[in-house]
Parts: sequence; structure tokens; C-alpha cells
Amino acid sequence: MSYQIPKFRHPQLPVNDLGYTKADYEGSISTLCAGCGHDSIAGSIVKACHELSIEPHKIAKLSGIGCSSKSPTYFLGKSHGFNSVHGRMPSVVTGAAMANRNLTYLGVSGDGDTASIGMGQFAHVARRNLNMVYIVMNNGCYGLTKGQDSATADEGSVSKKGDANIYSAIDLCATALQMGATFVARGFSGDKEQLVPLIKAAVSHRGFALIDVVSPCVTFNNNPGSTKSYEFVRDHAEATGTVDFVPMRKEITTDYMPGFSHEVTMHDGSSIHLYKMDENLDPFDRTSALISMEKHRASGDILTGLIYMDKDSRDLHDVMETSRRPLNTLAEEDLCPGNQMLKNINASLR
Amino acid sequence: MKPTDIKDPEYFHKVVDCQHACPAHTPVPEYIRLIAAERYTDAYMINWQSNVFPGILGRTCDRPCEPACRRGRLDADEEPVAICRLKRVAADKKDDISERLPSIPKKKNGKRIALVGAGPASLTVARDLAPLGYIIDIYDNQFAGGGMMRSQIPSFRLPIDVLDEEVNYILDMGINATFDIEVDSLREVLDKGYDAVFIGTGAPRGKGLNLPGLEDAAGHVHLGIDWLSSVAFEHTEKIEPRVLVLGGGNTAMDCCRTSKRLGGDDVRVVVRSPFEDMKASPWEKEDAMHEGIPIYNNHVPKELVVEDGKLKGMHFEKVEAQYDESGKRSLVPTDEPLVFMEADTVLMAIGQENSFPWIERDLGIEFDKWDMPVVNDQTFQSTNQKIFFGGDAAFGPENVITAVAHGHQAAVSIDLYCRGESVADRPAPGVTLASQKMGVHEWSYDNSVEIDKRYVVPLAPLKETLADRKIEVELGFDATTGYKEAERCLNCDIQTVFEEVRCIECDACVDICPTDCISFIANQEEEHLRVALTAPASNLAQDLYVSEELPTKRVMVKDENVCLHCGLCAERCPTSAWDMQKFLYNVSKAGQL
Ligand SMILES: Cc1cc2nc3c(=O)[nH]c(=O)nc-3n(C[C@H](O)[C@H](O)[C@H](O)COP(=O)(O)OP(=O)(O)OC[C@H]3O[C@@H](n4cnc5c(N)ncnc54)[C@H](O)[C@@H]3O)c2cc1C
Ligand SMILES: Cc1ncc(C[n+]2csc(CCOP(=O)(O)OP(=O)(O)O)c2C)c(N)n1
Ligand code: SF4
Ligand code: SF4
Ligand code: SF4
Ligand code: SF4
Ligand SMILES: [Mg+2]
Repeated sequence: MSYQIPKFRHPQLPVNDLGYTKADYEGSISTLCAGCGHDSIAGSIVKACHELSIEPHKIAKLSGIGCSSKSPTYFLGKSHGFNSVHGRMPSVVTGAAMANRNLTYLGVSGDGDTASIGMGQFAHVARRNLNMVYIVMNNGCYGLTKGQDSATADEGSVSKKGDANIYSAIDLCATALQMGATFVARGFSGDKEQLVPLIKAAVSHRGFALIDVVSPCVTFNNNPGSTKSYEFVRDHAEATGTVDFVPMRKEITTDYMPGFSHEVTMHDGSSIHLYKMDENLDPFDRTSALISMEKHRASGDILTGLIYMDKDSRDLHDVMETSRRPLNTLAEEDLCPGNQMLKNINASLR
Repeated sequence: MKPTDIKDPEYFHKVVDCQHACPAHTPVPEYIRLIAAERYTDAYMINWQSNVFPGILGRTCDRPCEPACRRGRLDADEEPVAICRLKRVAADKKDDISERLPSIPKKKNGKRIALVGAGPASLTVARDLAPLGYIIDIYDNQFAGGGMMRSQIPSFRLPIDVLDEEVNYILDMGINATFDIEVDSLREVLDKGYDAVFIGTGAPRGKGLNLPGLEDAAGHVHLGIDWLSSVAFEHTEKIEPRVLVLGGGNTAMDCCRTSKRLGGDDVRVVVRSPFEDMKASPWEKEDAMHEGIPIYNNHVPKELVVEDGKLKGMHFEKVEAQYDESGKRSLVPTDEPLVFMEADTVLMAIGQENSFPWIERDLGIEFDKWDMPVVNDQTFQSTNQKIFFGGDAAFGPENVITAVAHGHQAAVSIDLYCRGESVADRPAPGVTLASQKMGVHEWSYDNSVEIDKRYVVPLAPLKETLADRKIEVELGFDATTGYKEAERCLNCDIQTVFEEVRCIECDACVDICPTDCISFIANQEEEHLRVALTAPASNLAQDLYVSEELPTKRVMVKDENVCLHCGLCAERCPTSAWDMQKFLYNVSKAGQL
């Protein structure tokens, strides 16, 4: 058993704008089960952050409890991390984000962590449109505690134990949409080509960005009869379209069929290209997104890709008109502006 | 691309870079692991089977394996594993091996073979044929066996007792060796009724330069290889103080270092080419410079300056290397005044050549326009079916390990020929592929990758070694350093073997692979694949391992180039679609069919 990843990397690894290779965004060797989908998502996060050229120390990764919530140890080893309490990641991110708006916040959670014990927190952080990326590694079970059905397990889905789930499933994308999330996407751990640009777009989005990533639990929920197995997801995934993330300075090189393609400029100046496969979905319209999701649910397909995005999103800092500077950079004269200022304020209230 | 045929032994053989590059295809990682396990005798025997002279080669091999070693490709500041010097560790630390040597049948098979020359090529033929019952007669014009290993390689690089030990393992196999005999007619040898004759007489003639002044200076100008053998055979014990050595190859390096030990105090090497283009191995140049011998490059010898019948020195013309578009070099004079260097003795070490004045030209052996025998490079047979060539005699000067490799193949041919079989039907290599899995994530080899830099072999104090030409310069690794150096080996023979039907395409192997070797991708032509993989596969000398099509219509493609053989792909694979399997490749020897 290996406890360390060898030091050597491919000698021709590409470097990003900061001069870093992908290796600078990796973490320690994973202790998850071999073949766990969560590891692939970790790989996609590494790739996305490297390609976005974010300085590792400008990222904070926060999580709850579960195999999924353990996974931040296995990526972004040079970033800030906070492994919090079961289901409570959103409140910790809220506090951190309010204190320092200059970091990229990456919340990592599981379906148990989010849809059961953390459901209340999840609803409220979406509703507040906190500027963060919220990744759910969704395997339809509580992997860490040996595979009990979670609230996202589909009705009738069979886990390794052999019993079909009798409850109806919570669809986290639909829930987030209804709670007011401004960016909603679904991915599959086994499809990096789709997932990496989704993560990049989510990072560039200002506001609450949910990516619900179906991520098979090879140990407890990858058996025939499970709707969260590699095979089932491959057979039933249907993409809304392809998303191409275009960094701010790069030219657009791909040709898109007119009529089906959208170009969206993000807050940070980068843009995303959306090439639609589903003509009936308008990903900038909440109602259209909800209808499309409901249709796919009814037909037993898993809708993946970018489902909804509010181009004019205003995040929690915008609506609360908070300080533009991180609190830890405020000096005494900012916080105690002096007697005259106090007088002015009091006068304005008279 | 077509799926890779891993049943073809050459596929995985090529992945074991060192073994593939070794002319004798010694199973390098296998013996390195045995050294790490302190099983020195076992490590020695693996070498002995394959390269016959582990103690000699562990000190003197030209080591074509090392530039090929994967370790040197991993990083700009990574150096190859010290494969050669680890061989010496096995030789230095082994126990008595007499019990392990092949037994020689008392009853012979009735076939008589003559070997002309007793260098490494002939000795290898003898080693392979004697255990099969052949009667072997060796003829050599030196007083003892070993060829140039005895006459040319100086004792400070190769002590006599090491040479004697390994030469005697062979001569003691009941070989009839006749020394101090010059063979001056091949016809006479054939007339003795041999079933086959092997010619391993090397490339014994030194080249000289016909410079103005040569006649007058004659007594003070020597051919390098003749001078070295007269030192080795103790006919020469001294040299005058100021020595110029002409030439940039290994012979020049041995000449200058030997001169330094025999009284040469201003010894210089003067070479026509730029320093980087010199033929000598980098370590030979380093060793010479370490002993305080300057190397003057870009100096073309012009004349020997003789005054009053006495050699005063030499004139050289300074040149500069210019390269045309095709990279062809020409040495263009810089038009500076000639450079004069003082000298009492000049050693010309500019090359050797073959010479076969003793082979009659009507024996059915065809000679080409360079007066070299026409020899098949697989079977080593000449155009006279009975007569085989090998070592430096076959295709010109090479090195000991090449001579050994030739000897093995010639022995295979001689055995086939004497049994009336076609020499063209070469026996396939002996190959095994065996899983190294011991438990869920346990391997029977040490799969961790050490980060140690290459260890340097300690040297004896310069003062001592310069005072006595018989004191060995290199001390060899001790057991601890040998272990650490052995641990640097990546075990390139432990192959990553992929089984498509097990793969669920979970990507775990792709994610974990430290060097991004693995991709799952739509199949395409090789040139397109090479740029489309997870990381570019730009080393065209290394193959891509391509699977059959997988359920998602993609294929698995693995770039073998910088695989660390760390086994992490197999550890992280939930279905054991990857397995680590030890690939042993043994060149078949005579009698192994
Ligand atoms: C100075 C020098 C240093 C070298 N150092 C190295 C080194 O460090 N490492 C390395 O790998 N290689 C080295 N080489 C090369 C290496 O020695 C040869 O490539 C190798 O020995 C060739 O082996 P062989 O069996 O073909 O012939 P040889 O070793 O040349 O043996 C041929 C034998 O045949 C004898 N012979 C020739 N003609 C006749 C005849 N007519 N009758 C009877 N006997 C005859 C010769 O005297 C000799 O004993 C060196 C060579 C030189 C010149
Ligand atoms: C407050 C609290 N309640 C219950 C648990 C037990 N527990 C640990 S992980 C987990 C579920 C994890 O499921 P999920 O978030 O889907 O993660 P997965 O392991 O499937 O990735 C539970 C219930 C806990 N650690 N803390
Ligand atoms: S139990 Fe399931 S979720 Fe947890 S590490 Fe193993 S495969 Fe992944
Ligand atoms: S690392 Fe070891 S096995 Fe690989 S090429 Fe080098 S010596 Fe040979
Ligand atoms: S053994 Fe496997 S994981 Fe290790 S470098 Fe080679 S392909 Fe990559
Ligand atoms: S880890 Fe195994 S099952 Fe997964 S993609 Fe690699 S080979 Fe296939
Ligand atoms: Mg889960």
C-alpha cells in the first residue's frame, strides 16, 4: 500500500499564467476506496483551478462530514481548508465569506451532508446567494457510514445491501433553483470534459453556484439496480449542451452552430460558450430550467450540464452593501473614523 | 492505432530501457533488486549468465544502458541509476560461486571447435559451448587469456586478479588453450579438421599519423595501443616527463593516465575536435582531468619538431568546428599562428583497425571493399558456413559487452550448424510475465519511488593511485551506498498490464498516475494521439500501449515514456483491470531451444 505519491511528475506538464503546474494544486494521496467517484471530482477541481490560474492561497475549501467531505485533503494542498461539522459547511463558509470576500470559496459536501442533516443550511445559503461554489458529490448513499440510502437515492434504486429504496428522492438542483440559486449545474464524476468547464464557470459566477455531481460509490452503490452506478449514469445521462469556458484573454476558436449557441460574459471578464443540445431549454430562464428538469426526471434520464444561470446575479455582498475590503485589512482609522464622523452619522439620523 | 500486442516479447522488452539498450540484454532491474536484498551471489549469477564478466564489466563497461535509463528522463537534474557500478557491488560482495557454475560433461559430443583469439568474444563462445560437450581449442598470441581486457585496459581500472578470476571460470571448463601462439594461417587451422572455427581476434592494429618529422623522432613516438600493451606486459616501465597524447577516445584517456603513473609529469591530451565531440566517455574524460591532465581541443597535429636528432615537441594548427545545415562538421583553421607544445614522447591514440593478413583469401570468406569479412549480423556466420566472426573482428572496434553479445549469438549459430540445423532459425527469447500482487494493495516488489540523487563512487587518494599504476582508482560502493543506489531503480520490468474487460472506466488510474501516463480517449492515428493525451507523448522512442475499444467507445492509451512503475494505477483500480506483472526476458543461449 502506498502512503505517498511519488515526487516525480511528467517533465512536460503545462504551466499556467502563474508559472504553476497541475502538481501545485494537488493534495495528499487519497484514502478513499479505489475507484470512488469523489477522487475523479477532486481531479477535475485540480485541473479547473490550475487552468484558471488561481493562486492556491486565494482559495478556501470547506466541507462537512462524509467521504465526500474528507476529499478536500486530496486536492489543493496549498489552499485554506476547513473540515467542519456534519451539514454545517454553509454556515462556516458564510462567516468566512463575510469576513474576507477576496477568496474563492469552494464548499464540498455529500448528498447525506447536504440533503439530510444539512438541508436547512443548504436552502438558506442558496437563498442568500452567497458567492461560493457548492459541490455535492452525490452517490445516493452515506458512504462513510457504510452505504445507507440517502435522501437523494431514487425511489426503487437498489444499493449493495439489496433493498429497493421506498422514498422519493430530493433533487438538489431543483431544490436549489427554487431556493433562489443563481447558477445550477449537474455533472458526472466520470465525465471530466464536461465537469471541468462547469467548475470553471461556477468559480467565475458571482453568487451561489451549485454543481450536483453524480459520483458513484464503488463500494456500496455501484451494483446493478442502482441509479447512481457508473454504468447506469453513462447509459442515462443526457447533456443540456456543452459548456466551453473561455478565460478573459483567450480568443474564441471553436465555431458554434448559430441559433444554438450563447456566449455569456461573466463578472470577472471571462466568458462561457454554451452550445445547446436541448432546444427547449433556456438556461437563463428559471421556469424553463425547472420544466426541463421535471421532464427528464419523468422520463428517467439524468439531465447534466449547465441547467440555469442568472446573468445578472447580485450576491450577498452586493445586496448587503458590505465592506469592499476584507475585514482583516481594515485598520483602526477605518473602524473608528473619529468623533466628527460619529457626529455626522448622528446628525443624519435626527 | 491498433491494440498493442503485449504477447510480443519485444513490446515489454522495450519498456525495460536499460535491458533493451544492453547489447547482451542483461536483466538489469532483476539483479538490482537482488542487490537491494543483499543477495549478491544471486545478483552476480544473473549477470554471469548474461554478460559473462560481471566483475570486469562492473568496472569497465561502456554502459550503453545508462544513457537509456528511464530515471535520467524524469527530470532535468535526474541522472541514470549507476547500473554499471552496482554490477561491481554484486561481484565484490558475492560468495564463492564454483558450485553454481555449469557442469562440464566428461563425455564430449565429438564436435571440435577452434577459437582464434582469447578475448571476451571467444571466451563467451567457449563458455556457452563447453557445457554442451563441445571440444574447444583456443589459440591466442598473448601469454594469457582476456584479449584487450588484459593488454589494453589498465590495471588501475581493472585489477589483474579480477580479470584472472573471470577469465579462469571459463578456461577451467576444460578448454584447451594455447597461448603465445601467433596464428598466421587460417588454412592451417582448418586443416586440423575442426567442425567450426570462430574468429575473435579483435581489431589489433593501431592507427598512426604520418607527420613530417616522424622518421627522425621515431624512437619517441608510439602507437597508443602498442604502448599500453607493452606497459601491461611489463616491457615498458617508464616514460619521459613531457608527454603529448594525440586523440580523443578512450585509448587516449588510458594512455595519458598511464603516462602520469610512469613518470609523465607534463602530460597533455591534444585533440582535433571540440571537447564535446570527443569519442571518450564523459566519465573517462572526467577521470583524466581529475588526475590533473589538461585536454587541448581544436588542435590539429601538423608536425613533429626534431632538432639535432632529438624530439623537441609538436606544432598544431588551431581550428574551429563549423556545422553545415545537415549538421555535418568541418574543422576550419582559425588562421592563428601554429601552436608549439614541448614533448619528449608522443603517443598516437587515434584509433584501431582490423587486419587479417593471416586469412587466406581463397577459403570462401568474402571480404568487402574495406577489406572486412562479410558477416551476417544476426548469425555471425561468414560466407564460409563453417567460419564465424564476433567481437571487434566482426564489424570493427566496439567494446567488451558487444563482444560478449556477439559471442552468445555466434555460439547459438555454431551449435545449430554443428547439429545440422539452419542458423537462421534463431531460438525465441525466454519470457515470463507474472503478477506481483500479494494482497489488496501489496506487491512483492518495493514500489515506492526514492528521490535520492545518484551516488558517487568513492576514489582512492590521488597521491597513492598516481604513484602505482596497479592501484585501483575506484573503491566501489559499500553495502549501504549500494543499497541506496539500488533503491533508485524504478523496476521498469514490473509491467503495467491492462485487462479491458475488467475496466469500468472510473478514471481512478488517470487521476492517481503521478506522471500522467494514462488517458481514456477516442482512438486515432498515433501522431494525433500523441498530442491529445493527458500529457504530451513526445518521446517517439517510447511506445504507446493501446487497449481494445472500451464500452464508451474510447480506448485506454498509456504512454510508456515516464511511467514510474509505482503501481499506484493498480492500487487505485477498483476492479484490478491494471496489474503489476514482472516481465523476465532472457536471451536464449546455445543449447536452450
Ligand atoms: C585502450 C583500450 C581501452 C579499452 N577500454 C575498454 C573499456 O574500458 N571497456 C570496454 O568495454 N571496452 C574497452 N576497450 C575495447 C575492448 O577491449 C574490446 O572491444 C574488446 O576487448 C574486444 O573483444 P574481442 O574478443 O573482440 O577481441 P580482443 O579483446 O581484441 O581479443 C582478441 C585477442 O586475439 C589475439 N589475436 C589477434 N590476432 C591474433 C592472431 N593472428 N593469432 C593469435 N592471436 C591473435 C589478440 O592478441 C587478443 O588477445 C578498450 C580498448 C582499448 C584499445
Ligand atoms: C452530527 C452527525 N450525525 C451523524 C454522523 C454520522 N455520519 C457520518 S458521515 C454521514 C453521512 C455521509 O453521507 P454523505 O454526505 O453522502 O457522504 P459520502 O460518504 O456518501 O460521500 C453520517 C450520517 C456524524 N458524523 N455527525
Ligand atoms: S465508501 Fe463509497 S463514497 Fe466512501 S470512499 Fe468508498 S466508494 Fe467512496
Ligand atoms: S530505472 Fe532501473 S529498470 Fe529502469 S531503466 Fe533505469 S536501471 Fe533500468
Ligand atoms: S505504474 Fe501506473 S500510476 Fe505509476 S507511473 Fe506507471 S502508469 Fe502511472
Ligand atoms: S482504475 Fe481500473 S477500472 Fe478505473 S479506469 Fe482505470 S483501469 Fe479502468
Ligand atoms: Mg453520499
